[in-house]
Amino acid sequence: MSSKMMFYILKRVLLALMTIWIVITVTFFVMHAVPGNPFAGEKALTAEAQAALEAKYGLDKPLFQQYTTYLTDIVTRFDFGPSMTQRGRMVIDVIMDGMKTSAKLGLIAACSAALLGITLGAVAALRRNSILDKVIMVITTAFVSMPSFIMGSFLLIIFSVKLGWLPANGTTAQGLVLPVITLMLYPMAYITRLTRSSMLDVLGQDYIRTARAKGVSGKKIIFGHALKNSLIPVITYFGPMLAFIVTGSMVVENIFAVPGVGRAFISSITNRDYTMILGTTIFLASLIVIMNLVSDLLYKVVDPRIEFD
Amino acid sequence: MLNKNKPFSLHLNPDLFTPATDAEKEYITTMRPSTTFFKDGVKRLLKNKVATISLFVIILVTVACIILPYVWPYSYDQMLGQTKGRPMDRSYNNLAPFEYGKTELKKIENGETIFPHIFGTDAHGRDYFIRVVYGTRISLAVGFFASIIVLIIGLTIGSIAGYFGGKVDLVIMRIVDIIYSLPDTLVIILLSVVLGEVLKVEGTILEKIGSNIISMFIVFGLLYWVSMARMIRGQILSLREQEYVLSAQSTGAKGSWIIRKHLLPNCISVVIISTALQIPNAIFTESFLSFLGLGVNAPMPSLGSLASDALNGIYSYPHRLIAPAIVICLIVLSLNLFGDGLRDAFDPKLNA
Repeated sequence: MSSKMMFYILKRVLLALMTIWIVITVTFFVMHAVPGNPFAGEKALTAEAQAALEAKYGLDKPLFQQYTTYLTDIVTRFDFGPSMTQRGRMVIDVIMDGMKTSAKLGLIAACSAALLGITLGAVAALRRNSILDKVIMVITTAFVSMPSFIMGSFLLIIFSVKLGWLPANGTTAQGLVLPVITLMLYPMAYITRLTRSSMLDVLGQDYIRTARAKGVSGKKIIFGHALKNSLIPVITYFGPMLAFIVTGSMVVENIFAVPGVGRAFISSITNRDYTMILGTTIFLASLIVIMNLVSDLLYKVVDPRIEFD
Repeated sequence: MLNKNKPFSLHLNPDLFTPATDAEKEYITTMRPSTTFFKDGVKRLLKNKVATISLFVIILVTVACIILPYVWPYSYDQMLGQTKGRPMDRSYNNLAPFEYGKTELKKIENGETIFPHIFGTDAHGRDYFIRVVYGTRISLAVGFFASIIVLIIGLTIGSIAGYFGGKVDLVIMRIVDIIYSLPDTLVIILLSVVLGEVLKVEGTILEKIGSNIISMFIVFGLLYWVSMARMIRGQILSLREQEYVLSAQSTGAKGSWIIRKHLLPNCISVVIISTALQIPNAIFTESFLSFLGLGVNAPMPSLGSLASDALNGIYSYPHRLIAPAIVICLIVLSLNLFGDGLRDAFDPKLNA
């Protein structure tokens, strides 16, 4: 590893850490800018009970001190404080409970989107302008222009209400099939289009012609030269794909009643559970920032032609 | 050629010159008027069938959702079963397409013609068709204004970074890097939640749109300009090195003049394309927020809020979801295809 590369990696890691710090700071102060008392919804609290509650959650201290406590708690103990509406539960426990399901859902969706997308894209590029190519392009264009909650509702109507093939409830393993499909379609369509255009670009390169001229077999050209190189731009999409899956899972988990982080987040918004909103935002944002970092670094490692600036 | 008597004279012999024949004259007439870059692009765009149809669809939808609310006999927030001084007539709620309420049926028996409820009515007895039309109007307006905001901010900052370079560029690009890595949807949700409480829009013109949409505009203004700025910076960096910029600089032109008169017109095609592609993005975000209950304020409809409201009665009234869903898909699809067509037409370099 060259020193230039080490410097680049260091720079990117620092930038990512700074972004996470900015997210924590901004979300903290923005959430605390909300007027009114978080316990205002409770039934007529006595002044004493109110003071006791504020002391318990540390709300009686100056704002900046609350901020430093919050920050150090996250950094040292990965602790986002207690939930305000779910009594006796810590925010991180709620998130981790949800992550068990959400991570499964997201990972399966991401992997199948990548596999299917790359395959379809490569097929479309190799059979350029054929009927197959056109069908693939039309379908993927349609998928890209449909919001995921509409896609999810249609799948729900067709497969669980009308046909009754799959359960509408996402708590069982079988029930995860429809959420995974809903979540997967948009990234799959995007990857298909990305792979197709980059594959077409690679197939037009001189080294492919050289390989053909040397008499290399078609299979070897596709798998040895073309596919490998055309996957490079796809790697950069992995970060945004995760971001999409995180936000998409909020919608999908709500439609199919999957007990995941997304649903917990949405219900915390409806219940105005401020510590929960704060903690989940920071957690998910950090996850996305880290994934973006990994996919960017991977991109530079995979393609030695790219310069480090 | 030269005069034989005076070999060193440079005078030409006029006898050697004859008037041009008609055939020769025709040779130098221009076959067709010279075309500008813009006209050329439009011609190429109109040749692209998919892009032309998409443009037609966009214009049709836009014009329809501007005009229809004025000529339609029902309004988007009028509850048909409600008449002053009488109890609510429930027969108007949840009508299926082309069904009528009780009093309307009576009128029809008396020989009057009643304008049909093409998509039926919603749970509050409001004509659903006009709600979809109105929702389309709101969604399109949100998309349009959001991309204008992005355009203005991105254009200004990107051109400053690209033209001045050096430290200015470095600082701006670091800020861009950080904003770029912020997860936008999460920030939008967070700001919508908070601004909904902080922004007091009651009693102003903004009340009708609601604080959620305003916070969405704010977030677009804060976050989404970065990709536009990045792209414009890249364009300007390459254009800056052109000779005509050097010539303008040497004749004493100022930075802002060069940016406005020389650099921006040359990256206009990139700007148009990414603005066109920004609109579907904004419509998506708006419908996503509506689904989470953070969209436009009731009774104002948007395509996203109509679709998410329809989810409650999805088993009995699937048409209420299908109608706005189809409109969203139609708009986003045609904008995407039109954007692709624009790119092919105005950026020949990408065409390879």
